[in-house]
Amino acid sequence: MLHKIEVPKPSDAVHATSVAKDPIMTTDVLRIEKLHVSYRGVKAIDGLSLQAPTGQMTCIVGPNGSGKSTTLKASLGLVQASHGTVKFFDKPVAKVRNRIAYVPQRSTTDWDFPINVFDTVLLGTFPNLGVFERPKARHKDIAHVALERVHMADYAQRQISELSGGQQQRVFIARALAQQADLLLLDEPLVGIDALSEANIIQILTELCHEGKTVVMVHHDLSNIERYFDYIIMVNQRLIAQGPVAEALTPQNLKRTFGGNLLGLSDTTE
Amino acid sequence: MDFLLDLINYPHLARAAITAIVIGIASGVVGSIIILRGLSLMGDAISHAVMPGIAMAFLFGSNIFLGALISGLLAAAGIGFVNTNSRLKRDTSIGIVFTAFLACGVLIWARTQSAMTLESVLFGNVLSTSKAQMWQSIAIAVVILVLVVLFYKQLLITTLDAEVAKAFGFPTKAVHYGVLTGLAVVTVSAVQTVGVILVVAMLITPAATAYLLVKKFSTMMWLAAVLGMLSSVAGMYCSYTWELQSGPAIVLVAFAMFLLAFFFGPSQGFVWAQLQKTRERNNIATTERTKEGTFR
Repeated sequence: MLHKIEVPKPSDAVHATSVAKDPIMTTDVLRIEKLHVSYRGVKAIDGLSLQAPTGQMTCIVGPNGSGKSTTLKASLGLVQASHGTVKFFDKPVAKVRNRIAYVPQRSTTDWDFPINVFDTVLLGTFPNLGVFERPKARHKDIAHVALERVHMADYAQRQISELSGGQQQRVFIARALAQQADLLLLDEPLVGIDALSEANIIQILTELCHEGKTVVMVHHDLSNIERYFDYIIMVNQRLIAQGPVAEALTPQNLKRTFGGNLLGLSDTTE
Repeated sequence: MDFLLDLINYPHLARAAITAIVIGIASGVVGSIIILRGLSLMGDAISHAVMPGIAMAFLFGSNIFLGALISGLLAAAGIGFVNTNSRLKRDTSIGIVFTAFLACGVLIWARTQSAMTLESVLFGNVLSTSKAQMWQSIAIAVVILVLVVLFYKQLLITTLDAEVAKAFGFPTKAVHYGVLTGLAVVTVSAVQTVGVILVVAMLITPAATAYLLVKKFSTMMWLAAVLGMLSSVAGMYCSYTWELQSGPAIVLVAFAMFLLAFFFGPSQGFVWAQLQKTRERNNIATTERTKEGTFR
């Protein structure tokens, strides 16, 4: 409850963090250097380098096919990179997997799988369990709390096949919360969901950032970036620009990222 | 009653019944994993692809089980290789590879002078089960059940969402190959009871029935095991009573159970869904009619 009271306006957040950030240089939770990824000989990412700072709400934007999702997948080792280094918390990903929560696009899950909402959220505790260890009462409590935070406690016993798009996405967020990770990587979580779910998800993610956790989200809607995010990374197969939203979200950078056909901020989403 | 007496009096009948039951349990459990992972066709492919292995084993007088397992796994690996290194869809890769294996099997079979007839390989002959084969089936079932219980967590998450499982650091590839190996092992042991052609039914039909009836992965596996066991027992009984071939009898019992669940299953049954639709249509029609009546 405390967080709600202390939530500063986004403009304050940017200002405060950019001041606090300057004296410490190594506060990047994610650092990607010279990443190259190809699918069957077609380049998806061509020498991308980027950094995501700690405790910030960061978005990755770029046109379709610019390698936004691939960047997340390659950094986690879900697709193979042909070159490049990726460091999370200054360590290779294999050493810190339990500190990273990944929320994929909804299509990767088999929504007809026989499992209810609660058990799906409980999966989030699996990275913190031993090989043969089963979730205990403690882990179930964590899952319950996570489910309440996304306002889905009433749906705990519901089958995941019976959920709407927004509810599915909130279950994913709850699973990420149950993992109690320090970094959340989300792949377009706001696509095709209702306004209420979107507000709920953004509120939770903002709270997490104020608790010192980091959010990195692949995002496609340029109209709400200033409201939702502190930090922006603009990519088109390579890094175009990155920085606090107030500084980096400029018409020139947008034009360099999306090409000449982008006319304005408000009425263009792709 | 006669059936029970004969089970006691004729050891080969008892052996056959025990083997069929044990294989029913194992294939129910593995089948549940298979259908949720979308590998039903893969089960079909592996079961046909064991043919050259069995034929080669006869030709060289080596262990039949081992020969069958090796050729089943080779086929699975071949399918995976063709699939990942071409634009072909998976069902196409499966069709190409397993028919080639089956064709090889038939040709090699013609060169062997085995005691086992081609028909008994294709359609199974549970009554000829040896003591060693019975114990082998029991061992396979026990090992599979233990592994499924131990690695339930890994099976659950890699089947539901492979991408997230990988991000969590679960060994998705190892689980995948483990599942394929389990599939091959169960398939090979089930060839004895229902034969190459009908093995896939033992794997997917009880599992599909369970899927229609329950809402939890673990419950689905247990129910599929029970249904597989029941199919085996009831199938054996029918085959004994009406002098039918055991393989087809077992498969048709499993199919009958599936039909029951499909039409009359409590939550997803076809009949209830249709009834509800009709009732709703009638209700709306009646209300609309009454409304019209009051307005006039």
